[in-house]
Amino acid sequence: MAGSASEYIQHHLQNLTYGKLPAGYERADGSVVEEATWTLARTGQEASDMGFWALHIDSLGWAVGLGVLFLFLFRMAAKRATSDQPGGLQNFVEVMVEFVDNSVKETFHGKNKVIAPLALTIFCWIFLMNLMDLVPVDFLPQLFHLMGLEYMKVVPTTDVNVTLGMSLSVFALIIYYSLKVKGVGGFLGELTLHPFSSDNLFLKILLVPVNFLLEGVSLIAKPISLALRLFGNLYAGELIFILIALLPLWAQWTLSVPWAIFHILVITLQAFIFMMLTIVYLSMAHEDSH
Amino acid sequence: MNINLTMIGQAIAFFIFVVFCMKYVWPPIMAALQERQKKIADGLAASDRAARDLELAQEKSAEELREAKQQAAALIEQANKRAAQIVEASKDDARKEGQKLIEQAKAEIEQERNQARDALRAEIAAIAVAGAEKILETSVDASKHNEMLEKLAAEL
Repeated sequence: MAGSASEYIQHHLQNLTYGKLPAGYERADGSVVEEATWTLARTGQEASDMGFWALHIDSLGWAVGLGVLFLFLFRMAAKRATSDQPGGLQNFVEVMVEFVDNSVKETFHGKNKVIAPLALTIFCWIFLMNLMDLVPVDFLPQLFHLMGLEYMKVVPTTDVNVTLGMSLSVFALIIYYSLKVKGVGGFLGELTLHPFSSDNLFLKILLVPVNFLLEGVSLIAKPISLALRLFGNLYAGELIFILIALLPLWAQWTLSVPWAIFHILVITLQAFIFMMLTIVYLSMAHEDSH
Repeated sequence: MNINLTMIGQAIAFFIFVVFCMKYVWPPIMAALQERQKKIADGLAASDRAARDLELAQEKSAEELREAKQQAAALIEQANKRAAQIVEASKDDARKEGQKLIEQAKAEIEQERNQARDALRAEIAAIAVAGAEKILETSVDASKHNEMLEKLAAEL
């Protein structure tokens, strides 16, 4: 455990970043980059100076890896799926599928082939990503440190980019289905003619900006709240694990065990909430009458 | 907390995963689930049908048993009647035969008696004539008195 507590915490919260440093940038070791180059950031400062053109390799790597793991397992079960006696894996997969299918059917009454698989992907993927939170905070970073990688954040959902990437995808779907089901006019009408409406045409026009402001905010709030809720919960959970890891070794388990047990609930719940809200938002996008 | 390309990368990965899940994971599992549901429903219906069939078969077998019993009873009754008839008929025959035998015997007896009587009559007539001849010795004209003697013999 090198450095002070705050260094330790900051080190743990720093993503492994691969990005573009602008020309003439002075790196942490004092060397100056001649041209704009793509490289791994050596410090947090470098990472943030890379701006938008940077990738969090650890977040993306773990996220994609876990997503592939999820799809691999489920694809294996799907290939072997029989209507006779199911095996253990198929049983588990069927339970998940039925659980998601029921959740979707309870909330969404239209016909849409995308929503149920989308919800399944969201639930399982986010659950797996959250699950990485239960891996002791120093295990994997130390392992990668030995392999020469300075930073390693193993819980993708503690990266706001990951949660935003997903919630903005959901947002895009919301917009797409709103336009598809209601048409451009219907969607704009929904944004501008509610919640305040009037029979008087003049008053109606006067109310348009007010309505648009309200509805616009509530629309924009959907992906933001979706992303930040998941991110916030997991980030806070991770932070507490890191703080617990600062305690003397003999005392750590007294806090980390209860917190981990509690966290099992949190990670499942957060995955479920993300899935459920996605279904709710998409079913709202499908409802024509306001 | 830098917002950067990771977001786009995540969105792309998300899109690919959802499409994969939609194409290759969800449909086979759903199909298996629905097929199993159908199988179970079919099985239940089949067992219902089988139970109903069993009930019908039981009813039918009971019906047939009852009919067979009735038939058997009818046959036995018929056989009894027929036996009684046969016994009656044979009794009748025997009785008739006996009667016939008795009558035959009676006729024979009668015949024998008549023969005996005839013989006796002839003999008595001869004896009477002989006796009368002895008593009268001469006075009796055989041919003259023969008629009278025959009358006498017929009275026997």
